[in-house]
Amino acid sequence: MQRDENTNGRREQYETREHDVLIIGAGGAGLRAAVAATRHGLSVGIVSKSLLGKAHTVMAEGGIAASVGNVDPDDSWRQHFMDTLKSGKFLNNWRMAEIFTKEAPDRVYELEQWGALFNRTPEGKISQRPFGGHTYRRLCHVGDRTGLELIRTMQEKVLATDSEIYMETTVTKLLKKGDRVVGAVGYTRESGKFIHFKAKAVIMATGGWGRIFKVTSNSWEGTGDGVVLGYDAGAELVDMEMMQFHPTGMVWPPGVRGLLVTEGVRGEGGLLRNSEGARYMENYDKEKMELSTRDVVARANYTEVQEGRGSEHGGVFLDITHLGYEGIMKKLPTMYEQFKNLADIDISREPMEVFPTVHYTMGGIKVDPETCATNVPGLYAAGEVAGGLHGANRLGGNSLSDLLVFGRRAGEGASAFVGESVHSADIEADAVRTEIGRVLEPLEKGGEGESPYLMQQELQNAMMEHANLMRDGDSLKEGLGKILALKDRLPNVRVGGSRLFNPGWHTAQDIRYLIQISEIILRTAVQRTERRGAQWRLDYDGPDEELGKLNFIVTKDGQGEIGIERREIPPMPEHLSSLFEEEKAKA
Amino acid sequence: MTEGNGNNPGNVTSRAHSPVPNEDLGKSGKTAKLKIFRGDSEGGQEVEYEIPLVEGMVVLDAVLAIQAEQAGDLAVRWNCKAAHCGSCSAEINGRPKLLCKTRVEEYDGEEIHVHPMRAFPVIKDLVSDVSWNYEVSKAIKPFHSSEQAPFTMYEEDVERLYEPKKCIECFMCQDVCHVLRTHHKHAEFAGPRFFVRNQWLEMHPMDEEDRLGDLKEDNGLGFCNITKCCTEVCPVDIKITDNSIIPLKERVASEFYDPAKWLMRKIRGNGSSRNGN
Repeated sequence: MQRDENTNGRREQYETREHDVLIIGAGGAGLRAAVAATRHGLSVGIVSKSLLGKAHTVMAEGGIAASVGNVDPDDSWRQHFMDTLKSGKFLNNWRMAEIFTKEAPDRVYELEQWGALFNRTPEGKISQRPFGGHTYRRLCHVGDRTGLELIRTMQEKVLATDSEIYMETTVTKLLKKGDRVVGAVGYTRESGKFIHFKAKAVIMATGGWGRIFKVTSNSWEGTGDGVVLGYDAGAELVDMEMMQFHPTGMVWPPGVRGLLVTEGVRGEGGLLRNSEGARYMENYDKEKMELSTRDVVARANYTEVQEGRGSEHGGVFLDITHLGYEGIMKKLPTMYEQFKNLADIDISREPMEVFPTVHYTMGGIKVDPETCATNVPGLYAAGEVAGGLHGANRLGGNSLSDLLVFGRRAGEGASAFVGESVHSADIEADAVRTEIGRVLEPLEKGGEGESPYLMQQELQNAMMEHANLMRDGDSLKEGLGKILALKDRLPNVRVGGSRLFNPGWHTAQDIRYLIQISEIILRTAVQRTERRGAQWRLDYDGPDEELGKLNFIVTKDGQGEIGIERREIPPMPEHLSSLFEEEKAKA
Repeated sequence: MTEGNGNNPGNVTSRAHSPVPNEDLGKSGKTAKLKIFRGDSEGGQEVEYEIPLVEGMVVLDAVLAIQAEQAGDLAVRWNCKAAHCGSCSAEINGRPKLLCKTRVEEYDGEEIHVHPMRAFPVIKDLVSDVSWNYEVSKAIKPFHSSEQAPFTMYEEDVERLYEPKKCIECFMCQDVCHVLRTHHKHAEFAGPRFFVRNQWLEMHPMDEEDRLGDLKEDNGLGFCNITKCCTEVCPVDIKITDNSIIPLKERVASEFYDPAKWLMRKIRGNGSSRNGN
């Protein structure tokens, strides 16, 4: 349906598309949600900022964690649950972690049922590799391209449904009628044409926001659109101070700084050494060494460089030469190619230079563990954009299974909601028109202004400096001052060119999200005055017992400002808490 | 502290600041010139840009630097910047390349011309409309097995499938294939990418579908005259011609051109026997 609207004194056309369920984001979580919703016979629309199959899921390398026990039969969901909570420093939503660890094996088998191919054990089962913080060999994998296998399998599954896929389309606002989310406004990047999506339920599956930092393993897409769209619509956010720095990103040459070096390298026996040749992990975690959790290894790498034991280009050395060329080509072929092509390094002969890189966001939209419903009726969230499962530090390999377990649950939850819904998704045309006007502003206002690219760089530098993996109160506050100054300058952003595939205009949208999220992270990081997982305050000595019992919940308050509530974590039920007691008794 | 490291935090403020890489490291003092196609479906022309050359710079770095500093609306697709996602396919000096994997230094002494892929309609600048590929993909019969996973499959049963599974859908094989690029057979020909997909589906030990009829008719496998152009451009080194296309051609030949099978079909009607592994 075409409708003419008058915007900025000009007739602005937009299209209206109607679906039962609108899914924003086409990574693993969004695609798995789509499969669930289409099975209920619902009309599903999937909005993807990129082409289908290019979402950040494709970058996951090491594997998908599930306690199928193929190589270590003693593994169980209980052990996976305990590992996940210990790594998350008990800030995790324990019910999410319980559901997650119980359902992950089914989701892996389901992938196999749909054509995914994993490496095999000699018995013909799915092979599993060790990873940091996992008690047993638990990561089902195919070489070092497990994410590609997952997303391609899901993509081909979704292409076989009648879901409608809006590729290269960006959503800029969720629409509400009363309390309920009833759709969204977006535009097609190719043409710059606007779409009003009417929907009975919306699932947010937009991934993380690594792009607020300069050195990150995230692509341009990781700008946190979903978390801000949800926040603006009234959704609660949780654990926003918790950013994961992956211990091993590339450092050299400059163009690849931050590019991910899979934890699979350490899983396959890779050793970390400093410029003095010392295996320094024995000073940080003598027991687990290189296979300690990501927060610990990242801080170790950072500290070695900070204290002057780094490499020429400011990294530490990661050595996998013991596998030899044949072994590397079998287990880590992508890493071999990556270093060979981009850095002229033959990793079968010499070590890699690595340094922590921003990788993942533990925090996000707070959801109900059973249905992935948010506190806003009609709005659901799954995958990296949702918070709660990983607490203060995510275990490697838990992300891919998170996408599938909660992607499915979000699809089921939204479908049940649609089934009970008798409300219309109609809204006043004004809301759409106002939003279109706002989005077009940087392009149409004219005159001299600020470049969104340069503003983004300024923000990334400020976050690198003030909200890195070692934090302190004064520096966080200084960073907050810089971000608030950028917020004031936001209305000055101007871009040239037309609406046709214009990355400058797209970046002008992203910068608003980046600023809002950075402010939230800095404000919550100021309040968590302790050392816990990814939040490491140098001006406090260790973990704070009281702070360990609560999550910071962020909502937009009545004045449009950031409201932070300290919310107590409900006590773990007996059947879960007893697991830790039994372990203690054994030890 | 909770985790073993007994180091004194020392100078608190400085340690909270990331060790910042020296921004001057890698600066060569030289510049690079790129001639980039600027235009849309109506046409366009090359525009020359000059930027400082940084050690190890790939063409995508150069294009993004130009975008940030000189041409804000320069359209280019990219995502992972690590040759894992296949988004940044374009043509450099007439050859399909991943911009993120191609070093500027490779063209030392040569001019660098960057254009969008030409086998598809141009949208703008370096971005072309590749949506046709997703339509082809959608028409392929998906994996199907009536057996319930977990499957028992041995490494030796599946190891040849890892190669086609590596495909990152950059569509550069489609771009270089003359059946598409020169003869525009998009309506009748699926292209190398989708023979690669058909290959693993047909060779998967648990799959029960039969796609040989579709390969012969809808996917136009016969149009390919095995010039190996696709194999040459594949960024993940899939031997598309030898390992995907030729084995599929052999299966189609034995299914449809074997006189005994032809006779069987005449007698039984449309009954097509599955050509197993």
